[in-house]
Amino acid sequence: MVPKDLRYTKDHEWVKIDGDVATIGVTDYAANQLGDVVFVDLPAVGKTVDQFATFGVVESVKAVSDLYAPVAGEITDVNTELGAKPELVNSDPFGEGWMIRVKVADADQLAGLLDAAGYEQLTAEG
Amino acid sequence: MTEPRGDGDAGASVAEQLHETALINVHRAAGARLIEFGGWLMPVQYSGILEEHRAVRERAGLFDLSHMGELFVDGDDAGDALAAALVTDPRTLAVGRAHYSMICAPDGGIIDDLIVYRLGPEGFLVVANAGNATVVSDELATRLGGWRAVLDDRSLATSLVAIQGPAAASVLAPLTDVDLDALRYYAIAEGQVAGIQGLVARTGYTGEDGFEIFVDWGRGPEVWAALTKARAKAGVIPCGLGARDTLRLEAGMPLYGNELDRETNPFEAGLGRVVKLEKPGDFVGRAALEKVAREGPAKRLAGLSVTGRGIARHGHRVLRDGTPTGFVTSGTHSPTLGRPIAMGYVAPTDAEPGTILAVEIREQPVSAEVVPLPFYKRERPGP
Repeated sequence: MVPKDLRYTKDHEWVKIDGDVATIGVTDYAANQLGDVVFVDLPAVGKTVDQFATFGVVESVKAVSDLYAPVAGEITDVNTELGAKPELVNSDPFGEGWMIRVKVADADQLAGLLDAAGYEQLTAEG
Repeated sequence: MTEPRGDGDAGASVAEQLHETALINVHRAAGARLIEFGGWLMPVQYSGILEEHRAVRERAGLFDLSHMGELFVDGDDAGDALAAALVTDPRTLAVGRAHYSMICAPDGGIIDDLIVYRLGPEGFLVVANAGNATVVSDELATRLGGWRAVLDDRSLATSLVAIQGPAAASVLAPLTDVDLDALRYYAIAEGQVAGIQGLVARTGYTGEDGFEIFVDWGRGPEVWAALTKARAKAGVIPCGLGARDTLRLEAGMPLYGNELDRETNPFEAGLGRVVKLEKPGDFVGRAALEKVAREGPAKRLAGLSVTGRGIARHGHRVLRDGTPTGFVTSGTHSPTLGRPIAMGYVAPTDAEPGTILAVEIREQPVSAEVVPLPFYKRERPGP
């Protein structure tokens, strides 16, 4: 069961909300689909993203996948650990594999995201 | 995140039309991820590509290669017929020896790359790529017309299991009556593996020592099971097409469909030495290939070490000082070297090792340096 305190998108991103700061990554389901992650391309701090727009790329040995922002806002933090250790996305996708932090522009956007049960159902059907 | 679509993912509707090897249920039981490749449903990975890649470099890995094409050519004129059909001269092979070859079109374009094994004075085995097996079989059959030689396409009657890596010989030796110490690289011998009659060849596509074992279709699972029992102690694991691709790319080996195709001739691919222009007799493509040898190729395959940040991939443009000079044909993260590597075609003047180029990745130029191939070479025992 995926962490209950997070929200999810149908594209397998997760969001952790702390006040108006959203921490974003991809789920274990996504990491499993990708296989061994060898490269993560993340944006610069200060850039703004729109909800569901691409904010970067995650690459496995064989595939390149776009990353979509679950919520809009200004990027306040980027996980630079992933530069030297992209495998953190596989080993700890909900923890050390986090990718960016965003200052949430519009809290209403969170309502449209899936909860843990909703995401579990999605991946069960997939 | 977009659903990762690597090369050759199989949708459910495609699966019904795909060939399956005799080991398909073994792969399913082992939890393999299956994809479409060359018309076959094949394992792309079991435990993970990086782990499988490292196993082959450090110990050994087991591969199901039953999708490859096995074409037996026999007859009084078998050698002469093949010399006229291919770019090499199989007549120069001693019995029990093999060489790398290509079958080209009259314009010099490559139809497939092959390994040719000499099984007897008048008997040869030609191994073709899975996706080209039918085309090569048809074309070779046509080219044998008029010669006293017969083509027996046993692709669908043959299972091929490979064990590749520095520990391969020690794992296989107890299971076979073939003297592996006497079996040189690029040699083949008839014998038994786990009591099953077949052919054992010391060839491979990984840049490591290894063996490819040909048996009748139905016996493939038994060979795999015997090697599985033996390998467990040696830490040898099953490996899929994902690792097969990263291994061959590190070893600088071309892949048909990427580096080699109908629009490319052997000289452009850096394989001019494979074309034996000095052999007696005509062969298909001779005139065109002699012209390329005289005038020089229009493009050259170059090894690229990516020095900037990003992974060069098939199709990315290659630039020199901002001007397009070619395209990447294969690229990945190299597990052994820990950095991205690629091969691509560039203008001949840009192919010199040391040349600084750039690969256009998501519209950004990422610097890359031309390096000699291969990227990785195994340590051979001393002289």
